[in-house]
Amino acid sequence: MTAQTEETVAPDLLYSEAEDDLRAAVRSLLADRADAPTVIARIESDTPYDPQLWKALGADIGAAGLLVPEKLGGQGASHREAAVVLEELGRSVAPAPYLTSAVVATETLLALGTEDGPVGELLGELAAGRKVAVLAVPFSAEVGTVAVTGTLDGIVTAVADAAAADLLLVPTSDGLYAVEAGATGVTVEPLVALDLTRPLATVTLTAATGTRLADAEAARPAVRRGLLAGAGLLASEQLGLAEWCLTETVRYTRDRHQFNRPVGSFQALKHRMAQLWLQVVSARAAARNAADALASGSPDTPLAVAVAQAYCSGVAVRAAEECIQLHGGIGMTWEHPAHLYLKRAKADSIAYGTAGRHRDAIAELMELPAP
Amino acid sequence: MTTVDAAELRRLTRELLAAHPPASTDRTDFLKARFDAGLAWVHYPAGLGGLDAPRSLQPVVDAELAAAGAPDNDPRRIGIGLGMAAPTILGFGTDEQKQRFLRPLWVGEEVWCQLFSEPGAGSDLAALGTRAVRDGEDWVVDGQKVWTSSAHVARWAILIARTDPDLPKHRGISYFICDMTDPGVEVRPLRQITGEAEFNEVFLTGVRIPDSRRLGPVGDGWKVAQTTLMNERVSIGGSRIPREGGMIGPVARTWREHPELRTHDLHQRLLTLWVEAEVARLAGERLRQQLVAGQPGPEGSGMKLAFARLNQEISGLEVELRGEEGLLYDDWTMRRPELVDFTGRDAGYRYLRSKGNSIEGGTSEVLLNIVAERVLGLPAEPRNDKDVAWKDLSR
Ligand SMILES: Cc1cc2nc3c(=O)[nH]c(=O)nc-3n(C[C@H](O)[C@H](O)[C@H](O)COP(=O)(O)OP(=O)(O)OC[C@H]3O[C@@H](n4cnc5c(N)ncnc54)[C@H](O)[C@@H]3O)c2cc1C
Repeated sequence: MTAQTEETVAPDLLYSEAEDDLRAAVRSLLADRADAPTVIARIESDTPYDPQLWKALGADIGAAGLLVPEKLGGQGASHREAAVVLEELGRSVAPAPYLTSAVVATETLLALGTEDGPVGELLGELAAGRKVAVLAVPFSAEVGTVAVTGTLDGIVTAVADAAAADLLLVPTSDGLYAVEAGATGVTVEPLVALDLTRPLATVTLTAATGTRLADAEAARPAVRRGLLAGAGLLASEQLGLAEWCLTETVRYTRDRHQFNRPVGSFQALKHRMAQLWLQVVSARAAARNAADALASGSPDTPLAVAVAQAYCSGVAVRAAEECIQLHGGIGMTWEHPAHLYLKRAKADSIAYGTAGRHRDAIAELMELPAP
Repeated sequence: MTTVDAAELRRLTRELLAAHPPASTDRTDFLKARFDAGLAWVHYPAGLGGLDAPRSLQPVVDAELAAAGAPDNDPRRIGIGLGMAAPTILGFGTDEQKQRFLRPLWVGEEVWCQLFSEPGAGSDLAALGTRAVRDGEDWVVDGQKVWTSSAHVARWAILIARTDPDLPKHRGISYFICDMTDPGVEVRPLRQITGEAEFNEVFLTGVRIPDSRRLGPVGDGWKVAQTTLMNERVSIGGSRIPREGGMIGPVARTWREHPELRTHDLHQRLLTLWVEAEVARLAGERLRQQLVAGQPGPEGSGMKLAFARLNQEISGLEVELRGEEGLLYDDWTMRRPELVDFTGRDAGYRYLRSKGNSIEGGTSEVLLNIVAERVLGLPAEPRNDKDVAWKDLSR
């Protein structure tokens, strides 16, 4: 057996009471402010993000600062709690820059390990929900393969939530820079995205200036760590999304009658939903394992994250696809929210590395090499 | 009654070890002493091998004993007794029955088998036709059972039989303990696709079972059987499985040791299955943590489904991976094994044996029905068999 196959401590795969309370608070907020018709109306408007929702979630509930230590103005909680918030956001698919700002950008800054000066200040702003920052990398970025571009001149495509960001964290060959989104020489051009609930934009920097937060040597592992946390906690978003799809599909097929009986009584459909349930149960274990590994700083983290992504991506897509098929024609409409979940799930399956990329990582970590 | 805590259990376990040092004590004597000390299954009642302690504290005892090198009761050999007969006897048995059966069952002196399935009643177990007719203080049993694992080594059997054919099928069944050494019990091996015979046909001809060996009220056998079947499906989840602990382990090792067998296609499939095996392991671990925390969820019903499919796919991949060696089989000799080891022997055996994983203990199709209806709350299919007298059903 190789060294990596030995586990030291058992991961805690359950939810604590505090996590359950946090979930309840986030769920009720989202039910209030981001039900399906509201989300559908918003994604077609010029303001896909609801600033009041972000304030309530990030500042009032304190979700934006979960990863940030108390002395920097955060909650001093962990990835386990942030994962619960993401489960709920996955369930609602409301546009909110949580994964990108409160997880990836925040984790990247934390990983720089310099808490005084601009990094600490910035973390305080992010934790309080006063500012939103995103890492200027393509959403598809696979962990460990971010292209480091030149100085503050360049184009980064498909940056998620850039349109909601006050600050861009730009990895360059010269280190990590914080650039004001509204500064001269910075344009953020919205793209037509498959997933309307997580807007993408092209970021163009033309002789832009910013604050250098770290040199290249310190920036590289920090960016990698930020993306690792993003990939690991994305699994919880995927879990929440899959769970919504299953719940809605069960509800609908129980009510919908054809052939003088509920369509949910047909075994062909029951078995499909039961299989999906089993996958959701499994996804929960994988997602909790990744969140717990990130939270505890386990040496197993890269493997736990890769396993969670390799598994949960497919489950979310499958759940959304089954949701549409088992709804019949209504599932094909713009009015029904099922399409939001399909688009989010499919985009998520590319975000922070496809399942195949993560399987490649597992091959390396577990010494199961390709021929 | 004061509840026993972990410290007390540790103390009692050390006392047991001091009084009966494993190194110098006969295995069976040690197990009997352990049972009498209430450390066999701590959640069972005092006097019956337990201490009325929370089930979650069993690992405390097991860890102490394992560290001291104490013998265990070889649970694989007596799985049906431990997993199915015991909880049923505990739940429905008389005091006399509990006193008589539980100790030799747990110690492993008496092996149990399960006389449920019949040629005409498998998934639809409640349709069973083996008859039990009252005659004085006895019941006289006639019929045929099938797929009975371990019947050739069993001393006792849990048996369900029809006591009233005029009632609808679920209502006319009673539950008995059958002595496998009684005249009229005939066990014939049934050779299976692996070449050996784990299971048997059992013919019951005029077998007399005293009424004192009935479990639960006459006509309530279906309800009693639910306890048995529920425990059959929940019995996994006991201990932590290490990474690569299941079927995936041998395949991963073969992959590492034999670079010449690797192809791109097999690599992709291996990684996919590796991920699924790891996730199933984590789901099992999560279920275990839920049980320990006293919050059992419905997830248990899903684990058997997951492992059945994975065992089959992984062992199938392994046969293919082995290439020319996959064309061979270790041994077709007809044997009647004492215990079943899913991961034992070579890839070909694992491939063939795992086919049973989606049939034994409820088929995967039936388990999916159960998940859909009991966990997800989906409506049942329309049925035409519920209110008809058993004797009028089609067969
Ligand atoms: C290795 C092994 C060991 C066993 N050991 C024991 C034992 O010790 N004691 C014992 O009593 N039994 C034992 N069994 C029997 C086992 O419980 C039965 O084989 C099983 O319940 C299926 O019954 P059957 O074989 O009659 O198949 P059937 O019930 O005839 O099933 C045939 C097919 O129809 C499907 N099917 C049936 N009903 C439905 C439905 N409602 N919806 C969808 N599909 C359906 C099944 O899934 C299966 O694919 C063992 C079986 C095996 C393979």
